[in-house]
Amino acid sequence: MAFWRIPLDAEQIDVTRGIVYIIEDRCKGCGYCIEYCPKQVLAFSKKFNKKGYHLPEAVKPDDCVNCHYCENICPEFAIYSAEASPSAEAVSG
Amino acid sequence: MTGKPKKAAEINQMAHPLDDLLRTDRIPHIWCPGCGIGTAFSACLNAIKASCEDLDKVAMVSGIGCSGRGAGYIKLDSFHTTHGRAIPFATGLKLGNPELNVIVFSGDGDLFAIGGNHFIHAARRNMDITVICVNNLNYGMTGGQAAATTPYNAKTTTTPVGNPESPFNLPLMAYASGATYVARWTILHARDLTLSIQEAINKKGFSFIEVLSPCPINYGRRNKEKSLDTLKAYQDKSIIKNNAHPADLETDFSKSIVLGKFVDTDRLTCIESYDKTCRLG
Ligand code: SF4
Ligand code: SF4
Ligand code: SF4
Repeated sequence: MAFWRIPLDAEQIDVTRGIVYIIEDRCKGCGYCIEYCPKQVLAFSKKFNKKGYHLPEAVKPDDCVNCHYCENICPEFAIYSAEASPSAEAVSG
Repeated sequence: MTGKPKKAAEINQMAHPLDDLLRTDRIPHIWCPGCGIGTAFSACLNAIKASCEDLDKVAMVSGIGCSGRGAGYIKLDSFHTTHGRAIPFATGLKLGNPELNVIVFSGDGDLFAIGGNHFIHAARRNMDITVICVNNLNYGMTGGQAAATTPYNAKTTTTPVGNPESPFNLPLMAYASGATYVARWTILHARDLTLSIQEAINKKGFSFIEVLSPCPINYGRRNKEKSLDTLKAYQDKSIIKNNAHPADLETDFSKSIVLGKFVDTDRLTCIESYDKTCRLG
C-alpha cells in the first residue's frame, strides 16, 4: 500500500503474510481477484486451464497479506489464501 | 474470513475453505464467467458457517432461475422448488420444524415476479426465515427478458430500445410488507454482505437481503457493460447509508445506489403470534 507518509510505528507493525492458492480447473477467468486484490499480488498468466479459461497467477506472492478478499470475491470457489507459516516468513521475510 | 485462521501446513492445498459445504462433484457450477451469483452464494455459505452451530438444523430453499440453482450446490438439506414457490416451501419447513434455520436463496424474478405474492405475505406474517435475493436486473436464465427489477431505460431482449417501466424498489417492498430486517449490498461488498447475512440468520423474524449482482451474459452484454464494468459501477455509484429510508432506495444507476442495513426491528413472529392467539392455556 502506498502511504502519503510512513507511519511512525511502521517498523513495529506486524503485517500478516499469506499464501494464495488457485484451484486451476475451477477458474473461469473473470479477473475479479486480479482487479480487486489490494496488494496487486495477482495477474493473468499465459496458461489456460482444461476448459480454456485464462488463469490468474501470483506474480508478487510475497506481498500477499492474507486478507481473503480474492477468496470472497471469486464466484467459482477457485482461489483462497491461508496464513503463511513462520518458516515461510523466515525464508522470504 | 471467518473461523480460526488456518496455518498453511495444516490445510490441503487444493481444498477450498468452503468445500465442506459444497457438493464439490458439481463444481464448476453452471453460472457464466463473471456472473455474481457464485460470489453471493459464497457469502451465504461463509455466513452459515459463522452463525449456525448445528448444520443439521440448516435448510436452504431455492426457486427457479440461475440463482435457483443454489440449493443444488450446498451440501446441507436443501430443496429446489417450483417457480416462485421457494417462500411457501420454506414457510412449510419452518412451521413443521421450528428448530430449523431456513434460508431462501433465489433470484429477483422468482421472488418478486412469479412469487411476488408469497414474498409480501410471508413478510406480513413475519415468518422467521431469511430471504436472500440475488438481483441481476433481468431474466437471465431464459435469455435476458425485461423483469420487474429492470431499471428504467435499460435494454433487454424484450425492451430493445429501452425499458419504459420503472423497477421495483425491493427494500421498500420488504419494509412496507412488514419485514423486520432489510439490507442491500452488492457482490463487490462481499464482506459486508457476509456479515449482513450472518446477522439476518441470527435475527428472529422475516429478514430480507438484496444482493446486486452482474449478469454479464444477458444483461451486461445488451447494456454495453462487461462484468468488471459492472463492479466498477458498484464501486463508483454506491453509497453506504445505514438506516436510509426505504423509499429512497430506487435502483437508478444514472444516480447513486444506496447500500446498507435499512430496517432492524422486532415484532412477534408468525409462530409466536399463533401460539399466543390460538393455543390458549
Ligand atoms: S489474500 Fe488478499 S492480498 Fe493475498 S492475494 Fe488474496 S486479495 Fe491479494
Ligand atoms: S476470481 Fe476466481 S474465477 Fe475469477 S479469475 Fe480469479 S480465480 Fe478465476
Ligand atoms: S445468464 Fe446471467 S445470471 Fe444467469 S448464470 Fe449467466 S451471467 Fe449469471
